Amino acid sequence: MSTHVETHSTWQRQAHGMLVIIKKNALLYYLKPPVLIFGILFPVFFFLAFKMGRPIAATNVVPGMIAMALWFTASAVGPLVTPWERQARTYERLISTPLSLSSIILGDIGSGLIFGGCLSIVPIIIGLAFTDAAVTALGLLVLGIVLGALSFATLGVLLAAPPAASPSNIMLLSNLVRLPLLFVSGVFLPIAEMPGWAQWVAPISPLSYAGDLIRAGFGQAPYFPLWLSPVMLIVFTAALIAGAHKFHRRWRAKGL
Amino acid sequence: MSTDSPVVIDVRGLVKQFGSLTAVNGVEFDIRRNEIFGFLGPNGAGKTTTVRMLTGVLEPTDGTATIQGHDIRTEALLSRAHLASVPEEANVYLDLSLWQNVMLMGQLYGVPREERRRHGAELLDAMGLLDRKKQKARTLSKGLRQRLLLCTALVTRPEVLFLDEPTSGLDVQSARLIREIVRDLNQNGITIFLTTHNMDEAEQMCSRVAIISQGEIAAIDKPARLRSAMRSSQYVEVEFENGPPEAAALGGLPGVLRVQSDAGRTHLYSEQPGRVAGEVAVFARDRGLGIAHLSTCRPSLEDVFLHFTGELKEEAAR
Ligand SMILES: Nc1ncnc2c1ncn2[C@@H]1O[C@H](COP(=O)(O)OP(=O)(O)OP(=O)(O)O)[C@@H](O)[C@H]1O
Ligand SMILES: [Mg+2]
Repeated sequence: MSTHVETHSTWQRQAHGMLVIIKKNALLYYLKPPVLIFGILFPVFFFLAFKMGRPIAATNVVPGMIAMALWFTASAVGPLVTPWERQARTYERLISTPLSLSSIILGDIGSGLIFGGCLSIVPIIIGLAFTDAAVTALGLLVLGIVLGALSFATLGVLLAAPPAASPSNIMLLSNLVRLPLLFVSGVFLPIAEMPGWAQWVAPISPLSYAGDLIRAGFGQAPYFPLWLSPVMLIVFTAALIAGAHKFHRRWRAKGL
Repeated sequence: MSTDSPVVIDVRGLVKQFGSLTAVNGVEFDIRRNEIFGFLGPNGAGKTTTVRMLTGVLEPTDGTATIQGHDIRTEALLSRAHLASVPEEANVYLDLSLWQNVMLMGQLYGVPREERRRHGAELLDAMGLLDRKKQKARTLSKGLRQRLLLCTALVTRPEVLFLDEPTSGLDVQSARLIREIVRDLNQNGITIFLTTHNMDEAEQMCSRVAIISQGEIAAIDKPARLRSAMRSSQYVEVEFENGPPEAAALGGLPGVLRVQSDAGRTHLYSEQPGRVAGEVAVFARDRGLGIAHLSTCRPSLEDVFLHFTGELKEEAAR
């Protein structure tokens, strides 16, 4: 008997398994068309649509655009992975490995976090290079990006749970969730200037808090108290992880 | 198969319900080390559902099982660490190369790098896939994908291998190769749980078979013993040169239980087919009939299968 067998209940083994999942997802899913379309083309399109015909000071727009791009990129990978594995008939084999459901879920979240976090560098560089925007509080910017990407990626993994007939159904679902939230989160218009009803809805979107931190990172006045945003992003992440566990477990064997 | 080899899989009262449908209903058996255990049953009998519970994919509604002593419910990770499975209609990762597929599965099981590489190369070589290891799995035919799936299962060095209809849809050669590999593996100490529809396959390969019908085990024994348990389905097959005589005359021969004629061939069912064959020869000589063909036949595993699965259906209908 090989020695690796009896160690599977240890957290080190599970953590290693999580890294293997991240690597697998990067190899298989980062370059899949749905990820590229909804993770990269979408934010570019929204940026152009917003920019056209609005002579707003670019400096004010940069943080919102970074937050918007992060919203799409970090949540693009999660909804693809599980539905794709189900359809490609690789999922049953994956869940019969000695990895816990948590390792698989955390690995999928890690994939979105890394994808979103890395790609957010692109709008940051563009913003810094072509506008007068400047980072005044790097810590807040990094905090906003990391916690934002984490909670958005977790949302993506939660959305992947339903047993859909094809991955495109889940893509539809994820856009039904992501697009409305995008418009109430203060990325195009600061929350303070949004209509009253939207100001009431804004706090239920993690994007509002991540956007606020990123805005503060660029020296703009935050809408929420500065301590609240990280706390809320952590609360969102925890709740979404719990939901992801619950629903991935419930629907694990459906649609195999 | 000695009965004192250690028990590797011990299944106790497994039940799975999907809503109001009971797909698996109190299944019990144990499998000892080095067995090839065949799991036979008609479509929808609950074979795949049983395998999925044992491999940790489905949660049992009731009952449990242990794999190498680890309970599948309370020690799920440890029980899964000892097994690998090739699920029904499963696939490899088509966008990864053959080599990446094998390495990925090794990594997921925590097989150390050196061992993974060496063993992975050996396995690909044994399956005739080593030359193509850099190709994407997408380029493989169905039979070759099935071989690759087997490689990805074996690189984890399982002690128990679950194969759910591993040869269905393969051509004769690929199926035979898979069977040979499985037999070799078994000789090297791996316990095998084989689900199949193919009676010949079960008969050739399995040390024991269980027949499952409508979620319940109908019979479980060595293939030869199951056959001999059905003595009343043994028969003598005879073909006369100038067509069969009237059935009543044959049915009156001593020891004959039942007569069935089909396309000139007559089947005389009996618990003593040897004696009946002698009687048929005497009968033919007395009447001056020429015999074109005379043989005694044991029931095939297929007869056994039909017997047990049919019997349960009749019970259910009652
Ligand atoms: N996820 C599920 N939800 C509801 N019913 C299911 C589910 N999986 C299986 N069943 C039902 O359970 C029964 C047993 O199915 P199972 O797949 O175990 O049969 P099987 O013996 O493997 O058949 P086959 O030879 O066709 O592969 C069937 O009636 C099937 O329709
Ligand atoms: Mg089946």
